[in-house]
Amino acid sequence: MKIRVLVAKVGLDGHDRGAKVLARFLRDAGFEVIYTGLHRTPQEVARAAVDEDVDVVGVSLLSGAHIPLVPRIIQYIREYGGNPDEMLIVVGGTIPHDDFPKLRDAGVDGIFIPGTPISEIIKFIKEKLPEKKKGGK
Amino acid sequence: MGELTEKIREKKREWEKECLEPWLSKCEREVKNFETLSGIEISNVYDPFDIEHLDFLRDIGYPGEFPFTRGVYPTMYRGRLWTMRLFSGFGTAEDTNRRWKMLLEEGETGLSTAFDFPTLMGLDSDDPLADGEVGKCGVAIDTLKDFEILFDGIPLNKVSTSFTINPPAGIILAMYTAIGDMQKVPRDKVRGTIQNDMFKEFHAQNTIVLPPEPSLKIIVDIFEWGIKNVPKFNLISISGYHIREAGSTAVQELAFTIADGMAYVEAAMERGIDIDKLAPQLSFFFNAHNDFFEEIAKFRASRRMWAKIMKDYGAKDPRSWWMKFHVQTAGCSLTAQQPLNNIVRVTIQALAAVLGGCQSLHTNSFDEAWALPSEEAVRVALRTQQLIAYESGVANVVDPLGGSYYVEWLTDKIERLAWKYIERIREMGNGSMVKGVLKGIENGFFVREISDSAARYQREIEEGSRIIVGVNKFRIEEDLKIPLLKVDPEVQRRQIERLRRVKKERDNKVLKENLEWIRSCCENNENVMPAVFEAVKSYASVGEIMGTFKQVYGTYRKPIII
Repeated sequence: MKIRVLVAKVGLDGHDRGAKVLARFLRDAGFEVIYTGLHRTPQEVARAAVDEDVDVVGVSLLSGAHIPLVPRIIQYIREYGGNPDEMLIVVGGTIPHDDFPKLRDAGVDGIFIPGTPISEIIKFIKEKLPEKKKGGK
Repeated sequence: MGELTEKIREKKREWEKECLEPWLSKCEREVKNFETLSGIEISNVYDPFDIEHLDFLRDIGYPGEFPFTRGVYPTMYRGRLWTMRLFSGFGTAEDTNRRWKMLLEEGETGLSTAFDFPTLMGLDSDDPLADGEVGKCGVAIDTLKDFEILFDGIPLNKVSTSFTINPPAGIILAMYTAIGDMQKVPRDKVRGTIQNDMFKEFHAQNTIVLPPEPSLKIIVDIFEWGIKNVPKFNLISISGYHIREAGSTAVQELAFTIADGMAYVEAAMERGIDIDKLAPQLSFFFNAHNDFFEEIAKFRASRRMWAKIMKDYGAKDPRSWWMKFHVQTAGCSLTAQQPLNNIVRVTIQALAAVLGGCQSLHTNSFDEAWALPSEEAVRVALRTQQLIAYESGVANVVDPLGGSYYVEWLTDKIERLAWKYIERIREMGNGSMVKGVLKGIENGFFVREISDSAARYQREIEEGSRIIVGVNKFRIEEDLKIPLLKVDPEVQRRQIERLRRVKKERDNKVLKENLEWIRSCCENNENVMPAVFEAVKSYASVGEIMGTFKQVYGTYRKPIII
C-alpha cells in the first residue's frame, strides 16, 4: 500500500513553491499525493484529510499564521471523525523556534524549516509513520 | 583592425593548445560543465570574438541614451544614489509607523509597505477568513483611518512610498492620495509606487481575487485616473521578483515580466491612453539572486529590451524608453541554517543590483527565513546598502562592467533567450500580447514553466550538484534560537475594535451611495477610480470596496498545476 500524503496550503498565504516542489518529489518517491491547492481554511484541510483517509498531513505556511491555523486543523480532523493520533502531522515553512513547543503540544510530529532537504522529509515520514500508527492503536 | 584580429586569433589558437590544454587535464573540481544558475552554458574565458557580433553604438553605447544598456541616466549614482527602500510592515498602523520612523532616522531614503494577508486579499480584519492573520506578515489596513495613523508625522512631499499590493491597489492609491490632500501636498509632489501587477499574481504570487479580465480592466482604470490625478506616481510595478521567487530562471523572470509589461501597455493603448503619458508612470521590479554576473547581465538586458519595445510601440519621448526598476535581493536564497551567512548572500546580490543600475533597492534581513526581521537585522540590511554606496567605490563609475567580454556576451545571450519566450507568448495571442498573456494564464503555460524550473533547482540541491553553503554542504550543529521579532497577539482584537468604531462613526448614508456608485461603474464598464476615491474618503473599508467588485465580477480560483 502506498503512503497517502495530503500536502496542504492553509490560510491566505500564496507562497506555494515549497508545497508544490514537495508534492512533486513525494509523488516521484512513490507516495500517493493529494495537493489541496491554495487558500484553504483549516476546516477544508481537515475535511480533505478525513475524506481522503490520508496517513500524513503536511501543512505549508510562510505567513506566520501557523498558530492558530495548524492547531485548528488538528482539532477539526478530530471533530470530523478522523484520528490525528494515527496520522503523521508535519509542518513546513517560516516557523520561529519559540513556536515549536506550541505546535508540538497541539499534536505536530515534525517541523521543517526552509532549506530542509526533501530526502530528510521522506526519511522522517518513513521512519515515524509506523511508530505513530502503532502508538495510535 | 584586421591585422590585429588575425594576430589575436593566432594567439588564441596557440594559447588553447600550449597553455590551456595541459591545465585542463589537471582540473581538480568535480564540476565539469559550468553553467549559470539559470542553466546557461558558459566558457572558461571570454575574449573579443565572443562579442564580435555586437556593435558598441547600437548595443552598448552611453548611459542616458538609447538603448540604455548602461543605465537610464547619464550620471547614474554620481548624480543621485539609488533609493534605499526597505519593505517593512507588521501589526497595526502604529507599530509600522514606529518602525518606519526608526528606518528613516537610520538613513533610509524611501518607504515600502508590507501589508498583512487579509489586506492584500481585500478582506477586512473582522472577516472570518482573516482570523489569525491580522497584522502577522505585514500591517493591517482596513480604512483611511489606519492610513492617517500610518503616515502620522511623515510628510508626503519629503518621502516616496511604495505599496506592495495588487487586487486592492486602486483603493490604496486612493487612500494615499487622500492623505496627501489632508497634508495639503500638491498632487504633483505625491510620489510612490503601487505594485498593481495582477499578471504575475496569476503566474506566481497567487494573491488573486477577481478573474484575469476584470483585474486588467481595473489596472487600466488606475492608469487613466493616475495620469490625471497623481502625475508623479508609479501606477504599476511590473514584477519579475515573485516569478523568480516561485522558482523561475533569470531568463524566464525577464521574459515573463517584459511580456506582462507589453500586455499592460497594449491594453492601455487599446483604451486610448497616450503611451508617452503613461510611460513615465511605469516601473519594474526584479529579483537579485545568487549568480552575480547573470543578474547584472539580466538588468542590463532588461533596459535594452524595454527601450526597443517602447520605441516600437511608437513612444516619442526618450524618457518613455526608460526602464526604471526596483530590486529586492532573493528571499528564496536565504537559509534558516547559519543565518549570519545571509548577510554575505545579501551583500553579493545587492552589489549585483547596483552594478546592474537599479533605481531603488531592498536588502533582505538575515533572519527572514525565520520570521519578519528584528530591528537589529533590518539595521544590518540597511547598513549593507550604505556600505556599498559610501565605502566600496562601486557607485562612482557608471556601468563599470560595460565592455567586459563576459558581461556583454551574457547580456546579449539573456536578451536573445528572453525574446524567444516573448515571441512564443505573442504567438499564443495571435500577435496580441494581451491575448497571449491571458492565454498563458488560462492554459497554465506560465505556472508550468516556473514549476518545472523550481523542481529542477531543488533536484540539483538534493543531488548535491548545486551547493548551498550551510544547507547541503558545510553544515554544523548549531543553536538556532536567534532573537526574532514578535508580533503582539492582541493586534487582531485592537484592529477589529478600531474598524468597528470607524464603521459606527462614519456617515453610512454617504458611504452606501459611494459603494453603489462603484457598483454602477463596474456594471456599466466605466472607470471605477473616481468612485473608489470618494468611497475611501467616506471611510469605506478595503473589504467593502473589494466586496463590491466581487459581487459584480465574481472571484477566481487558479487551476491546480503541480
